[in-house]
Amino acid sequence: MSSNSFAYSEQSGGGEATELGQEATSTISPSGAFGLFSSDLKKNEDLKQMLESSKDSAKLDAMKRIVGMMAKGKNASELFPAVVKNVASKNIEIKKLVYVYLVRHAEEQQDLALLSISTFQRALKDPNQLIRASALRVLSSIRVPIIVPIMMLAIKEAAADLSPYVRKNAAHAIQKLYSLDPEQKEMLIEVIENFLKIKAQLVAGSVVMAFEEVCPDRIDLIHKNYRKLCNLLVDVEEWGQVVIIHMLTRYARTQFVSPWTEDEGLENNEKNFYESDDEEKEKTDKRKKPYVMDPDHRLLIRNTKPLLQSRNAAVVMAVAQLFWHISPKSEAGIISKSLVRLLRSNREVQYIVLQNIATMSIQRKGMFEPYLKSFYVRSTDPTMIKTLKLEILTNLANEANISTLLREFQTYVKSQDKQFAAATIQAIGRCATNISEVTDTCLNGLVCLLSNRDEIVVAESVVVIKKLLQMQPAQHGEIIKHMAKLLDSITVPVARASILWLIGENCERVPKIAPDVLRKMAKSFTSEDDLVKLQILNLGAKLYLTNSRQTKLLTQYILNLGKYDQNYDIRDRTRFIRQLIVPNERSGALSKYAKKIFLAQKPAPLLESPFKDRDHFQLGTLSHTLNTKATGYLELSNWPEVAPDPSVRNVEVIELAKEWTPAGKTKKETPSKKFYSESEEEGSSSDSNSDSESGEQSEEGNSSDDSSEDSSSESGSGSESEVENQRTAKKNSKNKRKSDSEDGEKEHEKSKTSESSNAESSSVEESSSDSETESESDSASESRKVTKEKEKTRQDRNPVPKDVSLLDLDDFNLVSTPVALPMPALRPSLIADLEGLNLSASSAVINVSTPVFVPMKTHVMLHRMSGKGLAAHYYFPRQPCIFGDKMVSVQVTLNNTTDRKIENIHIGEKKLPTGMQMHVFNPIESLEPEGSITVSMGIDFCDSTQTASFQLCTKDDCFNVSIQPPVGELLLPVAMSEKDFKKEQGMLTGMNETSTIIIAAPQNFTPPVILQKIVNVANVGVVPSGQDNIHRFAAKTVHSGSLMLVTVELKEGSTAQLIINTEKTVIGSVLLRELKPVLSQG
Amino acid sequence: MIHSLFLINCSGDIFLEKHWKSVVSQSVCDYFFEAQEKAADVENVPPVISTPHHYLISIYRDKLFFVSVIQTEVPPLFVIEFLHRVADTFQDYFGECSEAAIKDNVVIVYELLEEMLDNGFPLATESNILKELIKPPTILRSVVNSITGSSNVGDTLPTGQLSNIPWRRAGVKYTNNEAYFDVVEEIDAIIDKSGSTVFAEIQGVIDACIKLSGMPDLSLSFMNPRLLDDVSFHPCIRFKRWESERVLSFIPPDGNFRLISYRVSSQNLVAIPVYVKHCISFKENSACGRFDITIGPKQNMGKTIEGITVTVHMPKVVLNMNLTPTQGSYTFDPVTKKVLTWDVGKITPQKLPSLKGLVNLQSGAPKPEENPSLNIQFKIQQLAISGLKVNRLDMYGEKYKPFKGVKYVTKAGKFQVRT
Repeated sequence: MSSNSFAYSEQSGGGEATELGQEATSTISPSGAFGLFSSDLKKNEDLKQMLESSKDSAKLDAMKRIVGMMAKGKNASELFPAVVKNVASKNIEIKKLVYVYLVRHAEEQQDLALLSISTFQRALKDPNQLIRASALRVLSSIRVPIIVPIMMLAIKEAAADLSPYVRKNAAHAIQKLYSLDPEQKEMLIEVIENFLKIKAQLVAGSVVMAFEEVCPDRIDLIHKNYRKLCNLLVDVEEWGQVVIIHMLTRYARTQFVSPWTEDEGLENNEKNFYESDDEEKEKTDKRKKPYVMDPDHRLLIRNTKPLLQSRNAAVVMAVAQLFWHISPKSEAGIISKSLVRLLRSNREVQYIVLQNIATMSIQRKGMFEPYLKSFYVRSTDPTMIKTLKLEILTNLANEANISTLLREFQTYVKSQDKQFAAATIQAIGRCATNISEVTDTCLNGLVCLLSNRDEIVVAESVVVIKKLLQMQPAQHGEIIKHMAKLLDSITVPVARASILWLIGENCERVPKIAPDVLRKMAKSFTSEDDLVKLQILNLGAKLYLTNSRQTKLLTQYILNLGKYDQNYDIRDRTRFIRQLIVPNERSGALSKYAKKIFLAQKPAPLLESPFKDRDHFQLGTLSHTLNTKATGYLELSNWPEVAPDPSVRNVEVIELAKEWTPAGKTKKETPSKKFYSESEEEGSSSDSNSDSESGEQSEEGNSSDDSSEDSSSESGSGSESEVENQRTAKKNSKNKRKSDSEDGEKEHEKSKTSESSNAESSSVEESSSDSETESESDSASESRKVTKEKEKTRQDRNPVPKDVSLLDLDDFNLVSTPVALPMPALRPSLIADLEGLNLSASSAVINVSTPVFVPMKTHVMLHRMSGKGLAAHYYFPRQPCIFGDKMVSVQVTLNNTTDRKIENIHIGEKKLPTGMQMHVFNPIESLEPEGSITVSMGIDFCDSTQTASFQLCTKDDCFNVSIQPPVGELLLPVAMSEKDFKKEQGMLTGMNETSTIIIAAPQNFTPPVILQKIVNVANVGVVPSGQDNIHRFAAKTVHSGSLMLVTVELKEGSTAQLIINTEKTVIGSVLLRELKPVLSQG
Repeated sequence: MIHSLFLINCSGDIFLEKHWKSVVSQSVCDYFFEAQEKAADVENVPPVISTPHHYLISIYRDKLFFVSVIQTEVPPLFVIEFLHRVADTFQDYFGECSEAAIKDNVVIVYELLEEMLDNGFPLATESNILKELIKPPTILRSVVNSITGSSNVGDTLPTGQLSNIPWRRAGVKYTNNEAYFDVVEEIDAIIDKSGSTVFAEIQGVIDACIKLSGMPDLSLSFMNPRLLDDVSFHPCIRFKRWESERVLSFIPPDGNFRLISYRVSSQNLVAIPVYVKHCISFKENSACGRFDITIGPKQNMGKTIEGITVTVHMPKVVLNMNLTPTQGSYTFDPVTKKVLTWDVGKITPQKLPSLKGLVNLQSGAPKPEENPSLNIQFKIQQLAISGLKVNRLDMYGEKYKPFKGVKYVTKAGKFQVRT
């Protein structure tokens, strides 16, 4: 071996030879490094000589080569003595490289490494902070246990260094020392504690990192520094921000009470409160107080929010998970925009962010719904990104967007990436089960896929269809027959097994086919896959039980085949089945129930998201990504029932004013101090430092002795409550809290609105009645209801329990049209959606295409003033309506602007012109304060702009509202070629044509401006045009499907001609009237 | 946090390793190779891999894998973002982030990694700071160094580390003071078969190149700041000013950096500057198909569209393509990836560029179900498609008059036409 290496080293120069020589030496004996040196390794000898030379340049060269060796993972440890001598070199670059070398190899050569220690100790006192820092860095990195005391001393000294850079290195050294010798923990915690006290943005991140590594459970160390950290956060470097935010998330979960309002608890409380007397009240008070956010909690949320704008994806994700885990649910919505932004980043970031969005989208769909299209899949995305996007799309699917989504899925199914196509089929299956309206459509689409050429696609479809059919075992005989035919062609075992199972399960529905299938299978039994064999046995058994006349012999034949199968599972199953179904003297009591056993009603499988079980991991963590608990994962604790004493976070006033209070807020802090001391006396309500007005009010509702007078004044403006304040001492404290509440904007806005509402309301009585209803629903108590019944019946004529609201409408015979039509099993529009799944290319002229542009303009349906706090807006999403192909879909957004829940929102009486029909949304059980919900409705306007009037009812009130469609929304865009357009236009001349001349500035006649203006007004599709001066748009009316052709022809000068061709001349002229001013205005 | 880093090239050689804590054997990468094999395509290697004792978090950049070894819980994005920052730094120092460049400058790489990470936690990642600690290699400096024996390691701590503006180095001096801003917008779009837009969005960035002496305090304002829907900032930007006045106010780092990236509010209609007429068909039961695409300008605001490239991932059954372009040149890789690239160049409206011809299919194989989608690249100079306009740039804090310039470019981002 040594001669071998000698031979190599003789051919000096060649880099490869050196390496081989290196390897050889290291294999001989790593311990005998000295011996090897004296023996002949020319190359290393060479390096050694260079290191010992007096010239710096030679030393530098040698060091550079050694670093090169280290980089390649070659062992260079035998050079240790030669290198270590240079640790005191004056040349800073040599020194640096020696440091690099030491860190890598000192562990292996501990005794020799000690030679260098004194140099470091000297360097620690160097006037240059850079040298001090790097000496500390190396000293703490060399992992030699003997020097632990020296390290400890060095860290303590460096912690007090004037240079923050050195201190930062000291903070890192803490972790290194801890991993080297965990016994030092106590001492190190002390150092960390001191570190935390110092305010320095450069060091904060590293200190918190050390805290997380050494003593993450010592949450008490954070209390005093909590506010400082929150305020410092924006200025800390980005990596530190991530660590601090994660730590503060954990902290907040242990120190504050949950901001997520739990309805049952609150309701219970109130009920008791109103119903019974004081003894009970005390008890409930102890158990549950109305939620009021701790100002420190608010501080954290407010100070992290700007960081959503960071360029660093890790910071954005950290803030997002903080909002997700600790902010009130209504505020978490702001993170979605930032997360979607991260999707533009590289694939690794996308992967992690999409995973987290997938988890979030299961729990709170609404957050990501507006960004649906950002999750559309591109064919160039890697498969893992595609599947994640698909997962999110499936999670986001709802009644309103399902038709668009299915259209999109259609493209995916045909993807070349078969793995992805299969995943899409699964996704369609999940949509079908979740959204009952489209189940049939999806099923039909999937059946079309059965004739696909690709086996994987077919197999996947079979499996999904099986699951769907199982879910609704209705009359699907046709599909089953179709699938039975497939058995001849399909070869994928899972699919074959699924078909057989399905036939077996439904053998009574297809009495003619099932025995025949069994016959075929009996023929091919021996060549089938094990999975299929088991299902053949099952099928045989089921048929034997239901139709033994035809299949007795066949089954027995199959059972005989199974008896001698090679697979013991199959032999076992065969024995089992034979005993159970074939009556013989030994068969026990069970065989009587064989039919019940085999043909029992089986529970349908649940098609669930694979991300369902990930939510117990903190978002953004490694554990969440891997879906297993990673080493060192710190569990996020549940919210405490009762918040720990918040005063622990108080810092002495002087420091407070100086250190973390932003200038100008000092004034506000002083009362807060007072408040804290006061609350300590009060004990139970110590943490009720209110931040939001809503919390304040509900608390008051609690404490004031349910006099209606009291509550009426509460809803009033600030000035009113000031008067009130003088009456009770409690009120006093409340007012202070008000001034204390720092986060102004929202509250101010709110108080303003309440002020203005008072001002607007003409009579005092009305405002008081307003608040009466407020407190009333607050209580939700039976007794109250009884006393108020009279008043209520006067107020709303429809005081119905929520479930039967539709039935109640029978009382009103004003409406001639039936309400809530039973839905046809297959809605034509959706069938059209899925038609594309079929391979046969359909080439109809009129193809409804996707809308070019969806204006976000909303129309007010119910103003919050007139709706007693319930506001409703609607807009036209320009999607084909899923409730019926003649309906226009309307999205209604309901907002609760009050501070209490609004219950049972539903549509009451409808006053529709004849012929008009309307599909109402399902009643909404309750809407949280500040909450909003979007529901979709379908209205068939019969191609007219007549108003659809109806009543929007809540539990207590009914409001008359109406929807008047702009004419442009009565259309669906149509994709057609220029040729078809001209042809159709030729047929719609004369009476069917209306036109007008428009005059406007030339800059308004650029193509994008015209397009923008027209699609803004009307939901039309763009027809590609061969001429620059003619723009064509095509649409059809929703109800009758008549074509609506719009042409804008630019003429000389600044004029243009607008022509509309349509059978529906009335709509045509209305549209013309609407388009004209839009096009001519600047 | 980050234990070790391995750099691996395409052929699976580990050509650089660096350890920040005790040494982790190279054999840990075997798990990575295993995953790589399973994924078939480099794009599909999962970024996070779990092994019995470690976790591997990797990124793929410029044909290199950066594989980091992690031992305990850490936010994965933290590591990913850091690794990308490392790659960015290499790019910045050596002009490219390639195996050759890293091997040539292994000493500097080592010094950089040593400064960027201490005990696995990021120490200095700002390019301005790093450049003061370790000088980037230039030919001139290497000559000078070899003669004088001086080094490229700085011997004082950059002042930026200590001040409130850690991104800017002190004592900057230029004879010509210049500030340039590039507004680059990319259109992401999915166009469906019939030519209508399924999804379109404008993403933009403002890249700055600032060479100003001293400590300039800049503020940049826009004519129409409301266009910017979602913005992410370089740490130098004062968030409060933006919130209240919609003005970008900042003390810039020295040199090149990305000032902001933004998304234009989705309510605006996105103008699509090109259209594609396509006719791709594969005949049933025959070994050939037709391929015909034409590109034309649409809503291009009177500017020329240039640098057009069309990339098509053809189905696997395609054996070869026999095409004639009316303009530009095309290549087809029939062996491995089946990628057709057509380098079109500029569009002249008089004669629209088209690419026509026949496709040879593997005989006997079923015809592809779906037509391949077209990925299009283009560029329009002097135009920000969203209409964003810089209003003015003011400088405070220094006396000289800087030279200012703004350039607008619109590009195709992820622009895909389904056929």
